[in-house]
Amino acid sequence: MLSYIIRRVLLMIPTLFLVSLVSFTIIALQEHFNGDFVSQLKLNPQVSPETLERYAKNLGLDQPWYVRYGKWLYGIVGKPTVDLSFPFVHFQPMDFGYSFEKRQPVGDLIMQYLPITLLITIPTFIFVWLVALPLGIYSATRQYSLGDHSLTLFSFVGLSIPTFFSALVLLFVLTNLGYPAVGGIFSQPYIAGSPWPWHWNWNKFVDYLAHLWPAVLVIGAAGIAGLQRVMRGTLLDILGSQYVQTARAKGVAERIVIYKHAVRNAINPMISIFGQSLPAFVSGSLLAAQVLNMPNLEIFYFQSLQPPDEYVVVTVLLFFALFLLIGNLIADILLAWVDPRVRYE
Amino acid sequence: MAVAELKRKKTRVEPEISEQPLLTPGQLIWRRFKRHRLGVLGSVIILLLTVLTVFADFIGPYAGDQFHQQLGYAPPTRIYFFHEGRFMGPFVYATVRSFDPETGEPSFREDTSRLYPIRFFVRGDPYKLLGLISTDIHLFGTGEPPDSGGQVFLFGADLFGRDLFSRTLLGGRVSLAIGPLSLIIILVLAILFGGLSGYYGGWVDMAIQRLIEVLQSYPALPLLLVLATILPRDISEEQRFVGIILILAVTSWTGIARVLRGQILAFREQEYALAARAMGASNGRIIFRHLLPNTMSYLIVASTLTIPGLILAEAGLSFLGLGVHEPATSWGLLLNAANNISALSKHWWLLIPGFFIIISVLAFNFMGDALRDAADPYASRGGGG
Repeated sequence: MLSYIIRRVLLMIPTLFLVSLVSFTIIALQEHFNGDFVSQLKLNPQVSPETLERYAKNLGLDQPWYVRYGKWLYGIVGKPTVDLSFPFVHFQPMDFGYSFEKRQPVGDLIMQYLPITLLITIPTFIFVWLVALPLGIYSATRQYSLGDHSLTLFSFVGLSIPTFFSALVLLFVLTNLGYPAVGGIFSQPYIAGSPWPWHWNWNKFVDYLAHLWPAVLVIGAAGIAGLQRVMRGTLLDILGSQYVQTARAKGVAERIVIYKHAVRNAINPMISIFGQSLPAFVSGSLLAAQVLNMPNLEIFYFQSLQPPDEYVVVTVLLFFALFLLIGNLIADILLAWVDPRVRYE
Repeated sequence: MAVAELKRKKTRVEPEISEQPLLTPGQLIWRRFKRHRLGVLGSVIILLLTVLTVFADFIGPYAGDQFHQQLGYAPPTRIYFFHEGRFMGPFVYATVRSFDPETGEPSFREDTSRLYPIRFFVRGDPYKLLGLISTDIHLFGTGEPPDSGGQVFLFGADLFGRDLFSRTLLGGRVSLAIGPLSLIIILVLAILFGGLSGYYGGWVDMAIQRLIEVLQSYPALPLLLVLATILPRDISEEQRFVGIILILAVTSWTGIARVLRGQILAFREQEYALAARAMGASNGRIIFRHLLPNTMSYLIVASTLTIPGLILAEAGLSFLGLGVHEPATSWGLLLNAANNISALSKHWWLLIPGFFIIISVLAFNFMGDALRDAADPYASRGGGG
């Protein structure tokens, strides 16, 4: 198992490398067609061409894109410095470049925006799974009942509503009801502090919850709809299988048949989905966060697209890809842990 | 004698077998599809929306870019039939704007002294029907000039006093056309790459699988957004439209290609494919004549279920301002005008285009679900989440 994990982690490296190459190429194309970060200043007649040139040189934009890419990659792998202490060559990895707009290292900026993303995504994740699984079980055990039909309708509608639209509708309703905690993730007095949860007090936590639930509801709705549907489908397949029939035939209580035999086996396909549901939340939370005005990593990414703050865009894309690959890996490991038939050599 | 009886029996049985009508797979699918009420409802809705949007400039009373200076953010116009107890046919009262003397905020009221009857086949803003026939006849309207106040805005007006109903219909053109058009490119890419990958295997397979893996390592929306920034700012509306179609296709073909690869890989080893090869059929003939037709039912279902995702993706892209640009419009772009809490809290009608997104996506999902049940003869009704 350990060797499997190590192999999978090693296999991530070429994929991530290709992701970064593709991302940087896309940015280079954008700069080719729409101008780079400095070119926006060309519209201003007060900026002289010399200043522009100096500025571009300062940001490294006077060099071709593949040189910038190479340097950026070199910074991530680590610049070696040689001194007399063991092991004589030291690497300083994880330098993700510099944001043109914010004038800060990209790594620091990501650590600044990431907690907001986690503060939204993790509760959504828990909410979706806690709600969707029981609903799916309910739907499957009472197939074609009124509740099942309504849940089916709900899941169809839930999958058809764009996140940003449900966010807009909720925003409209809450504003007109005079709900105070609309927009943002904290109220004014709590914004100043660090978003990392260990810098919090009780009032800040309550304030956070008041802002959080609309976002969780909006982002989670589509997830619940989809997951509920899959849970229902797999559980129905398993309820029709022979070992369930056998269990019933020998008089096992229905509750145990469902929860110990059927649900336990229906969980396996859900775990594969577990890994894939992460990127869905990234996309969903971008649109919802845009409407609800939450400054998370996705919004930071979106705002860095035009004019291209290239190291930010490429690094955030790399992080998204990393999350996704790790999500898939965790799902595969969990699958082996839950299902003894799954073996990786 | 026994043999003769058996023979007679056999001849008697035979016509019964031939009486069974022989249905092609297509007919079988159609028969099962017709039984799926929600699926039929979905197709009817799609047909209806298509007609509405194709004839958008005839059905909508105003041109999408016609400003009404006095009527910015005018609410939906109420349609009346009775004036002071007398039946008048459908008509509207004049919409009059006044400003709050203290805050300067505009508000609208109806001037019941001025009536404007709603007439059918009325002359209005000129347009080209189906892009060919120049005309200025609209299905309905009051036929009043833009500054008269006698406008009929079924869905209200936007900031510039443009009719939201006409714009919603026009926006539907983009929103509904983008799905099927980029689906065509998706299918071409998926068949090409999935087919090559599954049929040839080896390093071709390796390279294509790596490519798909890289593309699937991106979350959908961020990749879509960064690709959309490539589109040059100074290109025309039409070029932008084509660009968005291509971008959506590039980000959405990988899932179908993966499944196709698996199917081709399995079918390639089946006896009929081996027989075709043994008889000296060319690779192209085996792929297009023997292997791909077997994947058809999957392709049809996957196609219908891909379109809603494409509609949602375009809506999100345009909503964020990276998709369709003004003066062209789409449902997502129309909702962009609502992404402003002060504008939204007072003007609820800005949300109306969103319901069109939901209805069309829902209709495609119903249709896809019905097609999936219909295309798979072994599908149990309850299973298949």
